[in-house]
Amino acid sequence: MQADGILAREGHAGFHISKLIWTILMFCAGMIMIIPFLWMFATSFKIEGDVFKFPVEWFPKVWNFANYREVWLNQQPPFYVYYWNSIKIAVICVIGDLFTSSMAAYAFARLEFKGKNSLFLLYLATMMIPFQVLMVPQFILFRQLGLYNTHWALILPQLFTPLGTFLLRQYFLSIPQELSEAARVDGAGEFKIFWKVILPLAKPALASLAILAFVWRWNDYDRPLIFLTNRNLYTITLGLTNFVDEAGIQENTLIMAASTSALLPMLIIFILGQRYFVDGITAGSVKG
Amino acid sequence: MSFRNRTDPELQKMQRAKRIRALKKNLTGYLFIAPNFLGFLVFILIPVVFSLIVSFSDWNLFQGLGGIRFIGFRNFAAILKDSTFIDSVKNNLLFTIGTIPVIMISALFIAVILNDKVYGKVAIRGMFFAPYISNIAAISVIWMLLYNPMHGPLNQFLRSLGISNPPQWLASTKWALPALMILTIWMTIGYNCVLYMAGLQGIPKELYESSSIDGANAFQKLWKITIPQLSPTTFFLLITNLISSFQVFGPVNIMTQGGPASSTSVISFYIYVSGMRYFKMGYAAAMAWFLMLGIFVVTLIQWHGQKKWVNYL
Repeated sequence: MQADGILAREGHAGFHISKLIWTILMFCAGMIMIIPFLWMFATSFKIEGDVFKFPVEWFPKVWNFANYREVWLNQQPPFYVYYWNSIKIAVICVIGDLFTSSMAAYAFARLEFKGKNSLFLLYLATMMIPFQVLMVPQFILFRQLGLYNTHWALILPQLFTPLGTFLLRQYFLSIPQELSEAARVDGAGEFKIFWKVILPLAKPALASLAILAFVWRWNDYDRPLIFLTNRNLYTITLGLTNFVDEAGIQENTLIMAASTSALLPMLIIFILGQRYFVDGITAGSVKG
Repeated sequence: MSFRNRTDPELQKMQRAKRIRALKKNLTGYLFIAPNFLGFLVFILIPVVFSLIVSFSDWNLFQGLGGIRFIGFRNFAAILKDSTFIDSVKNNLLFTIGTIPVIMISALFIAVILNDKVYGKVAIRGMFFAPYISNIAAISVIWMLLYNPMHGPLNQFLRSLGISNPPQWLASTKWALPALMILTIWMTIGYNCVLYMAGLQGIPKELYESSSIDGANAFQKLWKITIPQLSPTTFFLLITNLISSFQVFGPVNIMTQGGPASSTSVISFYIYVSGMRYFKMGYAAAMAWFLMLGIFVVTLIQWHGQKKWVNYL
């Protein structure tokens, strides 16, 4: 009955027309959302004199790649240094986060031990703590350890995320308990069950966390700002803002080329893996 | 424990084995948690406690740990009299009130439309979501140019519509905060929209079917079914939006530095300035705890209030 109702509705010509109208309207709204990106992209290829021409030239008459060459090679340090720093930090953080979070999530979701619930509550509660509270103590800690102004100050605290633990726990809870029981009967230890049974089944969740964690690290602004002063260590975010601070008023095309460079990798990853982004973000919101 | 149990060697052995099993079980759990917990302890728990201690002290970082002087609640008393801090709290509240309702209402509207009324919903959803995953520095930099009062494309566009005297945006004490709010709304709608779309997927189709039979119109369905059914999502979004709105920092530091005057100074920006530029660690920590308390209280109120309006199935 229900299926018939939906079919009847979808077969109706008026339904298609209204759907088409909504599609056009929403597409236009979506275009407005991405106009800043289109403007950035077009501007990054222009010559300085054309930046603020109005009406906007969405397709530059000449595609001028010199801006990119200038940004990527002729700056001090050049942009590829920032890129490399960002990639290095993000990759190490993601791998570490996947490892520690998945193990902790396994314990929270599938093992019984004393103090489990209170510990988990503590984890949940700390997700509310703003970075501003941790900033001062971490700053002092890293200075004492001699890690201030090194990449370790960015990497170490982010090898462990309560949010990652929470996300994976939600997924691990959904895997049937019988699978673990069967492996236990076969004499497998907990680590083996975790590694050979649960992790392979949790691949989609791991992919979601990996992709989200990568984006968080790549886009991180607060930590690099506070913990790094040596510009050869700067991440892409900090390199970009620093470049903007130093660039003259006549360097808007370079600034846009730098911005495009900072944005493009994420946008490409996003276009390829939108599903994982969405899964990861929605998994975090399910009531646990 | 009865007398018999203690003397029965068989039972004693069994109980010991049981205790060892329990111990082993606990130990396995702790081992799995250990790597994560170690980081949690060193980088979250201990710093939280330490920052609370620092908040009761007068301490310039360069005096070293020995230079720490405890002054009780004087930092907290001082921040409440600090006009920049009060401005920052006001700006934070204005920012929150001006962004969250717009974000959530438009995200709900977009999600309902995208959910089953358009072709190619994944692509369109992607367009709304793209700002959210974009680098905050790049976004701030782009908008600084878009907002350029003289030549920026936004004001040129407004002038072409016949508005001869468009806002000065980041250069004006009146418009700088709204400019940051527009940027934030633009950035966050997609995130809210994605969560609402996921929530819509969870609403049973039968509810709509049966209300159609009862002759309900689209608006009644939205009001009587969709919105109540989405209330858990709304609740979650309200909390996360509030928390992130109280913590807004990146765009402020990059685009306005709290200015012009203190028209865009927000709490997290003032904490950063006090702690990392003037090295007033105790003062900064006290403000950070004030912020955290604010977040905590608001979350608590939400948590208690939720029973009145959130439907869990």
